[in-house]
Amino acid sequence: MENKHLPYMLLLPATIFLCVFFIYPFTLVAWEAFSKDGAFTMEHFQTMTSNWKFEISFWNTLLLAAAVVPIQLALSLLMATMVSKMQKGRDIVLYIWTIPLGISDLAAGIIWLAIFDQSGYLNSMLYGLGVIDQPENFLSYQNKSTIFIAIVLAEIWRATAIMLVILVAGIGLIPKEYYEAAEVFGASNWKRFTKITLPMLKPSLQTALVLRVILAFEVFAVVAALGGTNFPVLMGETYNWQFELQDGNVAAAYALVILAISIVFTLVILRVLRVPKGAQV
Amino acid sequence: MTTSSPTVAASQPQKVVDARKAGSMVFAASVFLLCAWVLVPIYFLLVNTLSSPEEVAAFPKTFIPPFNFGSLEFFAGFSGIGNALKNSALVAIVTMIMSIGVGAPAGYALSRFEFRGKAAFRILILMTRAFPLPLLALPLAVMFIRTGLDDTIIGLAIVHTTLALPFAVLITFSLFSGIPVELEEAAWTLGCNRVQAFRKVVLPLVLPGITASAIFAFVISWNEVFAASVLTIENRTLTAFLLQSLDVSPLHLKFAGGFVLVVPALIFIFAVRKYLFAMWGIANR
Repeated sequence: MENKHLPYMLLLPATIFLCVFFIYPFTLVAWEAFSKDGAFTMEHFQTMTSNWKFEISFWNTLLLAAAVVPIQLALSLLMATMVSKMQKGRDIVLYIWTIPLGISDLAAGIIWLAIFDQSGYLNSMLYGLGVIDQPENFLSYQNKSTIFIAIVLAEIWRATAIMLVILVAGIGLIPKEYYEAAEVFGASNWKRFTKITLPMLKPSLQTALVLRVILAFEVFAVVAALGGTNFPVLMGETYNWQFELQDGNVAAAYALVILAISIVFTLVILRVLRVPKGAQV
Repeated sequence: MTTSSPTVAASQPQKVVDARKAGSMVFAASVFLLCAWVLVPIYFLLVNTLSSPEEVAAFPKTFIPPFNFGSLEFFAGFSGIGNALKNSALVAIVTMIMSIGVGAPAGYALSRFEFRGKAAFRILILMTRAFPLPLLALPLAVMFIRTGLDDTIIGLAIVHTTLALPFAVLITFSLFSGIPVELEEAAWTLGCNRVQAFRKVVLPLVLPGITASAIFAFVISWNEVFAASVLTIENRTLTAFLLQSLDVSPLHLKFAGGFVLVVPALIFIFAVRKYLFAMWGIANR
């Protein structure tokens, strides 16, 4: 009797919490985006799409994700395999590489501001090397491409650690025997990586990519710190409509757009990297 | 596995030994470069923070910290900073308590019982990861105004708890799974009831891990920007405060603020580094 009800009682608080503060609010967003005075309307979406910033922020967000995520995937795979080969100093190197995991996106933006600012370190270095005579204003509205590069670098710097941690944990789960067998048959390092590590790592790659891509669509504070209004992104526009323009309905419409692309990309990643049943470790 | 004993190396042709040496040099250099890639930007922030306001705006920059506390003093004396720091800490502590208080029982249930609906609950937890959770701040802002929770510590902590709760559940699940049921059963046969057995046998064993996941929840809340900026007006957290004054605040205020944001996170990540991989590894499955 006690045993039958105990698990449900233990799960109850978490379930209630998630229903009230996770599932219910997301239905509220949808309602807010599609309704006006209690009736269905597309008005808020029209307001959103007719604003000139919508299209730019939409493509900026996707472009940023497309530039950042592949580099992070390659970099985190490289770092994870390096860690798995390391004997001396593994712990300290891992700690250093995972430091950005604990750093807020806003702080990361500010850190890269110290580098790309007009009186910042990049200018100081270029000046010291004699490349420039005058400090360049990399983050002004005339230099859209350097703003983009700065944001890409800051994002790579900040969020590669999340993928690294998941991949290192995943590599740890691959049975050592597979590598030993491959060694017996004389497989090269590269062969071992493509024939054992990558296929066995699929579940971890799935998780890492889903998490990372969704974070990429949520990009906000890094952009705010480095680009300000010169580089509009979806999350920043959501914030603007909610806070500056005080129109919660249009902000909700923006939220639904972010939600939609997040779900679409999650499904695509899960499909492309699906693990056949029975092939799991 | 690739290491070879000195005798083997000696019997190999000189070229192979050279290639191997060059390979390990490249390896070490790459490790070093990647460490520098992470550390140097933080170092620059440190130098800026330890410069006077005039030095922060000066050009070209020094690469050695002048150890001037002008910027930090300006930051500490800036109106609203004290409150923002206090709010950040309070929200993070409440988030920590709520996410462990609600998440740990669920993690225990998942690890100890087989029951109907278990799979459904796991899907609910995993679903939270496919959603951009900070967006929850928008509908909750409306909900909170109705219930009087708007612009309060608790209100923001609730949003941050939805961010931290899935982690708390999965981490505690893996912690409890690591402790054999037999230990608990032995305590029952020795006359403990369920609660006593849990308190005397299981709890001491999982406490370090639970502390680590609590710290992780703290960091998640401490770092969060979007929801904090949307949901707080008078009681702004440090991240909300810094974000909303980005356009108007001088550089030295931003850098000092960024530094104050980074330091606790660094310490906390150092404290939980042992658990980091266990946490994320198990969160895969």
